Amino acid sequence: MDTIYLDHAATTPIHPEVIKTMSEVMEESFGNPSSIHGFGRHARALLDESRRYLARSIGADEKEVYFTSGGTEADNIALIGVAQANKNKGKHIITTQIEHHGILHAAEHLEAIGFEVTYLPVDAYGQVDIEMFKKHLREDTILVSIMMINNETGAIQPIKQIATLLESHQAYFHTDAVQAYGLKPINVTDLGVDLMSITAHKFNGPKGVGFLYAKQGVKFTALSHGGAQERLKRAGTENLPAIVGMKRAIEVIEENNYLNFERYKQYNEQFYTQLKAACEFVVNGQYDNQSPTILNVSFPNTNVESLLMNLDLEGVAASSGSACTAGSLQSSHVLVAMYGADDPRTQNSIRFSFGLANNQDQMIEAATRVARVVNRLTKK
Amino acid sequence: MIYFDNSATTKPSQEVLDSFLTVSETYYGNASSAHQFGLDADKLLRKSHQQAGQIMNVEPTEIIFTSGGTEGNNLAIKGVALAYQKRGKHIITTTIEHPSVLSACQALEELGFNVTYLPVNQSGVVEVESVKEALQADTILVSIMHVNNELGTIQPIKEIGELLKNRPTTYFHVDDIQGFGKISLDLKRSYVDLCSISGHKIHGLKGTGLLYVKEGIRLFPLFHGGGQQTDKRSGTENLAGIVSLVRAMRLITEQKLHHPEYLDHLNQQLRQRLQEIPEVVINTPEGQAPHILNFSIPAYKPEVVLHALEENHIFVSTKSACSSKRTDESAVLRAIQLPRERTTSALRVSFSFQNTDGEIELFVRVLKRIIKELSKVMG
Repeated sequence: MDTIYLDHAATTPIHPEVIKTMSEVMEESFGNPSSIHGFGRHARALLDESRRYLARSIGADEKEVYFTSGGTEADNIALIGVAQANKNKGKHIITTQIEHHGILHAAEHLEAIGFEVTYLPVDAYGQVDIEMFKKHLREDTILVSIMMINNETGAIQPIKQIATLLESHQAYFHTDAVQAYGLKPINVTDLGVDLMSITAHKFNGPKGVGFLYAKQGVKFTALSHGGAQERLKRAGTENLPAIVGMKRAIEVIEENNYLNFERYKQYNEQFYTQLKAACEFVVNGQYDNQSPTILNVSFPNTNVESLLMNLDLEGVAASSGSACTAGSLQSSHVLVAMYGADDPRTQNSIRFSFGLANNQDQMIEAATRVARVVNRLTKK
Repeated sequence: MIYFDNSATTKPSQEVLDSFLTVSETYYGNASSAHQFGLDADKLLRKSHQQAGQIMNVEPTEIIFTSGGTEGNNLAIKGVALAYQKRGKHIITTTIEHPSVLSACQALEELGFNVTYLPVNQSGVVEVESVKEALQADTILVSIMHVNNELGTIQPIKEIGELLKNRPTTYFHVDDIQGFGKISLDLKRSYVDLCSISGHKIHGLKGTGLLYVKEGIRLFPLFHGGGQQTDKRSGTENLAGIVSLVRAMRLITEQKLHHPEYLDHLNQQLRQRLQEIPEVVINTPEGQAPHILNFSIPAYKPEVVLHALEENHIFVSTKSACSSKRTDESAVLRAIQLPRERTTSALRVSFSFQNTDGEIELFVRVLKRIIKELSKVMG
């Protein structure tokens, strides 16, 4: 029995094309991009080309793309770097209760060193309320950080509306687009954000690489110091094979006209329909209005730990929340923000997320396996 | 093609590539996930901790995987400084460290720490006595590199470790990025508390590295997030990179074990042959790291020589790649008080186990020819 991987929001398999490109770069272009000889210049040319491509993929200039070791580092640079560089303008930051821990823990660190952070609540569908945002926006707010798509529920946040509200405000606007990039084309100018974090391993690229978009003119300090790489914002020899691999990953998606988005949506619908016919559950969030790659559901009268264990035995790899907190098996902070800590849904919900490792046949099989487990566990 | 710039970066070995690709294809799960894919990834991650620990003769839990040398150095220095600032705010390092150490220290100075940058003697070595004199009651960290990346000079790590071993409130960090796999460093006997290594300097991959952190030492993290790696380094682990790093560590350790004299032999060859060229002055003193040889050709612009060599498919470096965009003078050579005509005309050859006698012979012949041709142009 093959285990069916329904945890693409935690991480995705690398696309074979990406692996091919990376091994070519590792074998043939191993130079240090800072070296002035031919190997270095060749590596530099590949680096520049990747930067240009990735910048263009979000409608940005190549000078606005800073490579990092992943989403967590990009989030940390955005939050801590911007806060530190702009504290003369104010010490207030707005984020939400449902951000990834890369943001939440960076924000807590900023609180510890004298910044004031507002964590916006969300409604029962996991969405940030614009009115609530307006209420908390202050003159001395220097940074707003709101994720584009929530990693646990798939809820899409009103980034564009918030950006509009911030047009004539001093605050920089950062969005964690880790779950969004690669699903649909993103244009940072249309969207109106100043900073955006991306990580490659969520869209079939390698782990250990990502980038931060920072609009020209945005002031932020570096987190690591050393060589003059990344325009002095992120020291360290550039991880060239991974960077080129990340570029290849988005290139594959673009060559495919973002059709993966449609395909994953179909997987989700098939799984959902099949599951609905076979057992009892409620969707966390609004099924019709969230990322098609993520389906978070609550199975009444079950418990998340036994669900996960039994699903794993039955051959379905799913998750109770973000992988980064999954190890701890604490209640999901996202579901707590939506329903309150005492709601049973915080104790009986599972996230299924769809992607490259799946095919249509698997969806029916997966739903059957899940229903089998749920019905067994809820049998009176 | 002759690649003599192995201190800038190395060509990844085939075995390393194979491990990277196998893990990427087969073990793509997130090591923090609770299902089978995650558990398999986690098992591999634990095994990597174990093997890296074994190679370095430390505990598996004392290994923190990073994105490379710069992150390792930053995490060690800022991590210790910010975690222990209540004990003291004094840090000791040297003037010849890698930019990632120097800049991290400068950043700490802006936050109110005091940093002593120790000079080195004319051989490019920091005197143990000067470390002793610089120590204060509030010194919380001493950070000294094992092998200098431009000159190849070996620092007296063991002696400094001995000096610090009875000071429980002073931690000792060693940047072993250039030394690992080439010159042994016994972390325990040298009383080292933290040690950084980078993958791409040992035929591993860029974007990989590790920091050894002795049990019980707290670090203030550079990144906050999911709490991976005992909360010292958040972020989804780059498992394929990690496995490939451990592979590279093992390969280079074995190579050194089986051919302990090989790099020394190459170094002696090159040294002897260079001494035959009257225009060349060797900057690296005898008895230093075998894989780095720095020399100057006064009055000849190093970039011109470098590009002339390159036309003959020979690749060397003028100085550290990380600082090659800055001024025309090597800060390290200036630190050992060489005259300006030498600090501005230096070239660095750096070997790996893949280089051969024949390559040295060819290099010297080409270099002689280039000097002859250039001297004609210069009239």
